[in-house]
Amino acid sequence: MRVTFTVNGRRHEADDVWEGESLLYVLRERMGLPGSKNACEQGECGSCTVRLDGESVCACLVAAGQVEGREVVTVEGLADLARQRGETPAEGAADAGLSPVQKAFVDAGAVQCGFCTPGLLVAADELIEHNASPSDADIREALSGNLCRCTGYETILDAVRLAAARTGQPAGAGAPDAGPDAGTSQGGAI
Amino acid sequence: MADATRLPTTITQVSQGTAAKGGIGESTLRPDGTLKVTGEFAYASDLWHEDMLWGCTLRSPYAHAEIRSVDVSEALRIPGVRSVMTHDDLPAATHYGLEIQDQPVLAKDRVRYHGEAVAIVAADHPETARRAAAKIRVDYAELPPVYDEESATREGAPLLHPGRDDHHSGHVAHPNILHRQPIVRGDVAAAKAEADVVVRNDYEVGMQDQAFLGPESGLAVPAEDGGVDLYIATQWLHVDRDQLAPVLGLPAEKVRLTLSGVGGAFGAREDLSMQAHACLLAMATGRPVKIVYNRYESFFGHVHRHPAKLTYEHGATRDGKLLYAKCRIVLDGGAYASSSPAVVGNAASLGIGPYEVDNVEVEALALYTNNPPCGAMRGFGAVQACFAYEAQMDALAEALDMDPVELRQRNAMSQGSVLPTGQEVDAPAPVAEILRRVKERPMPPQRQWESSPSEGAGTGVDVRALPGGLSNTTHGEGVVRGVGYAVGIKNVGFSEGFDDYSTARVRVEVVGGEAVALVHTAMAEVGQGGVTVHAQIARTELGVSRVTIHPADTQVGSAGSTSASRQTYMTGGAVKKACESVREKVLRLGREKFAGGHPAWTEGAELRFEDGKIVTAGGEAVAALADVLEDEAVEDEVVFRHRPTEPFDLETGQGFGHVQYSFAAHRAVVEVDVELGLVKVVELACAQDVGKALNPLATVGQIQGGTTQGLGLAVMEEILVDPDGKVRNPSFTDYLIPTILDTPAIPVDVLELADEHAPYGLRGVGEAPTLSSTPAVVAAIRNATGLALRRVPVRPEHLTGTGTGADA
Ligand code: FES
Ligand code: FES
Repeated sequence: MRVTFTVNGRRHEADDVWEGESLLYVLRERMGLPGSKNACEQGECGSCTVRLDGESVCACLVAAGQVEGREVVTVEGLADLARQRGETPAEGAADAGLSPVQKAFVDAGAVQCGFCTPGLLVAADELIEHNASPSDADIREALSGNLCRCTGYETILDAVRLAAARTGQPAGAGAPDAGPDAGTSQGGAI
Repeated sequence: MADATRLPTTITQVSQGTAAKGGIGESTLRPDGTLKVTGEFAYASDLWHEDMLWGCTLRSPYAHAEIRSVDVSEALRIPGVRSVMTHDDLPAATHYGLEIQDQPVLAKDRVRYHGEAVAIVAADHPETARRAAAKIRVDYAELPPVYDEESATREGAPLLHPGRDDHHSGHVAHPNILHRQPIVRGDVAAAKAEADVVVRNDYEVGMQDQAFLGPESGLAVPAEDGGVDLYIATQWLHVDRDQLAPVLGLPAEKVRLTLSGVGGAFGAREDLSMQAHACLLAMATGRPVKIVYNRYESFFGHVHRHPAKLTYEHGATRDGKLLYAKCRIVLDGGAYASSSPAVVGNAASLGIGPYEVDNVEVEALALYTNNPPCGAMRGFGAVQACFAYEAQMDALAEALDMDPVELRQRNAMSQGSVLPTGQEVDAPAPVAEILRRVKERPMPPQRQWESSPSEGAGTGVDVRALPGGLSNTTHGEGVVRGVGYAVGIKNVGFSEGFDDYSTARVRVEVVGGEAVALVHTAMAEVGQGGVTVHAQIARTELGVSRVTIHPADTQVGSAGSTSASRQTYMTGGAVKKACESVREKVLRLGREKFAGGHPAWTEGAELRFEDGKIVTAGGEAVAALADVLEDEAVEDEVVFRHRPTEPFDLETGQGFGHVQYSFAAHRAVVEVDVELGLVKVVELACAQDVGKALNPLATVGQIQGGTTQGLGLAVMEEILVDPDGKVRNPSFTDYLIPTILDTPAIPVDVLELADEHAPYGLRGVGEAPTLSSTPAVVAAIRNATGLALRRVPVRPEHLTGTGTGADA
């Protein structure tokens, strides 16, 4: 079958989709958007979390056909989403354009292997969108469907607190500080 | 590879601060962090080739069976299927293994564990491959399984590997015993006669899974020269290559591996999983082949932590001085050897813990059974022992009516102490101090689930802070607090005489007017932050700001495994040494170029590299690094080794077996709903000596992550295996790992007592916190409930007495 839906503001079309294919498979293998992760494909880990018409869902549990005509936001679209909400993207050579939540995860050391990160970012972004200053208990509740095997979650809590604090700041007011200023870029093969 | 995408690339990081130079000791950020938060970072399961096929594995539904026949004809007829292979189609070597080549690439005649690979399929869609695999007809005849020590060693027990001739087969009492290591020191019988108090108990540790999030995956691409390029998530590229080449019938140089993005490892990627299968299918079809396991298959696709049965006996004087310790540790190695022999060596040599005991008898062994193969997992043999010896310390303290921390401190080892192996601990060993630090920390407030009365008329209750959480099972009724302590000892690096080395290639050159460093190693970055530390070391040693990290591959010498807490020590040490060599070469160049210039060049004075300049000890700049280099690139590849170790004597266990030790202590505070048997861990504080924190942020991240895996083993994580060898819970629905709601605050106290033998004085960090976390949590639950709790994980029915426990 053919499925057509919007991903990160762009219309995407996929042909020859099998009935059993999940939204996660179509995003990763047919649309060239592998940012959403495939840690369990059982609806248990949250690494595939995307927004479907604004709601956080596990993309591995959604059949591709159910998404026909709807709107999906993945980790690849978080920066645009933040910009649409009027949040200030990060500046600097390496992290230019990162949304506040993305930047906070880097700054707080919330990323180790990073396999849980895309799903956590989408879930944390939705939390802060609805609750500008979440308590620790709120953060734990909102992220309880997202497994991380590396960090022990402490730095993830730090990151969400930091992102919430920065998002709450009017543009131009110095952002709360976390860690040194280091920049990265991806180069060609040597 | 023109048509392939999502391959690993170089990553460049610039330090931008003025005060912060991005060198060692600073919490610089991950160079791959930005890629990981945008979703662009290329993990092994993201690999893509225009022309690729998908591989799939058919696995045995039985733990022990004879294979009477395999019929692949129906599978081959399915449209889209390109290749089906069984044992009979293997082109060269048919077995592989880390230490003993006892594991078939595809099973022949007999399967020895539930989930063993029997056949592989390549097709143009993953679902086609799966359906084809399901059409392969295998005629099995079930055999009686071997599942524990009794069934493995009783008369007439089926032999897992008849006709063994490996280097352990000569010293074991039964062919189903893979390896046995005793340790004997002093005179236990005489000491026992002196003991005022004797405590003896049996303990059990369930089978834990590493449960990394990024599934086993890789892409094998056949090359024009008849070789193969494999993009892979692994822990040790070179040892994968060395096992693959004979199986593929290729010389090692035609098997080229490149590390793809790794979603965690924790030991589960030390053994081969899909590597050989993908390469074989690629060579058979002439097409790139990708294999990605799903979570269900992942539970069968890698080894687990050894389940263990342990018996411990301690004797002490009335005032709490340990006189002797005896233990027997039986590890279930499952169907194949994997790294079990080394796990036995660790369990034996670290089996008494970080205590001074003069009289010791230890016996540790691993069995061959029809259970899932077990091998490396974070803590590697030291975890099981630590649970038991720390439970013993608490039992002894109770028998002596003594404070459990004081008992530990009274017997704590320190620098200069001699281990049961006869090895002297010749670096700081602050065991009593880390216990003191966790003990002195302020307690989390009592009834922490109550919000202050000022917020409303009465006191509010936050069920999320109570046992049972959002299930809303209690508002504080029946909830009892408990506090428990534990401390552990872990070795760092490869032991027992293994030639442990790492390799690094470092280059400096001028790019865009600026001197930059390129670091190339084969180190597997699995999330631990090795790439961050390599950039820091290059900055500190070479005074540069911009560092480029080359993708890890087999085009450079081996880095050894990302395991045994060894990579910062070993590959960090290699990068440091390569930088030192490059520095010497640059200075030689400078002396040639500037012989008549600044007197420091000729005086043989010490010159340092700082902020892109070469400076005197007093800080005076003598030349810009870029001016010395001009258009020349200075490069060197060096090998770094730690000091040699030696094997343990097979009868006495004596020997200088380990290169370094690492110590962590925990205090656990729990609330237990004693009526329902539910546990809420409220705080899990850790103190650890790291020698030198090269990156404090990453160091604390390792400690918190390790602590949480220990918490998982204490209260939830276990692969359940039926007596017939079948795995019952291969999913994240049924195998539970801690969520953010299960994980408490983890305050960390980092000590930095330098080990003079190690680069920068550092000490491997990753594993020690995984040891003491488990027994601390269980001690706290014992403290709350008064129950003995000799088995982990502790389940609700163990606390309420409503189930048999062991198998529920
Ligand atoms: S991959 Fe979808 S929840 Fe785990
Ligand atoms: S960072 Fe590895 S799973 Fe979260």
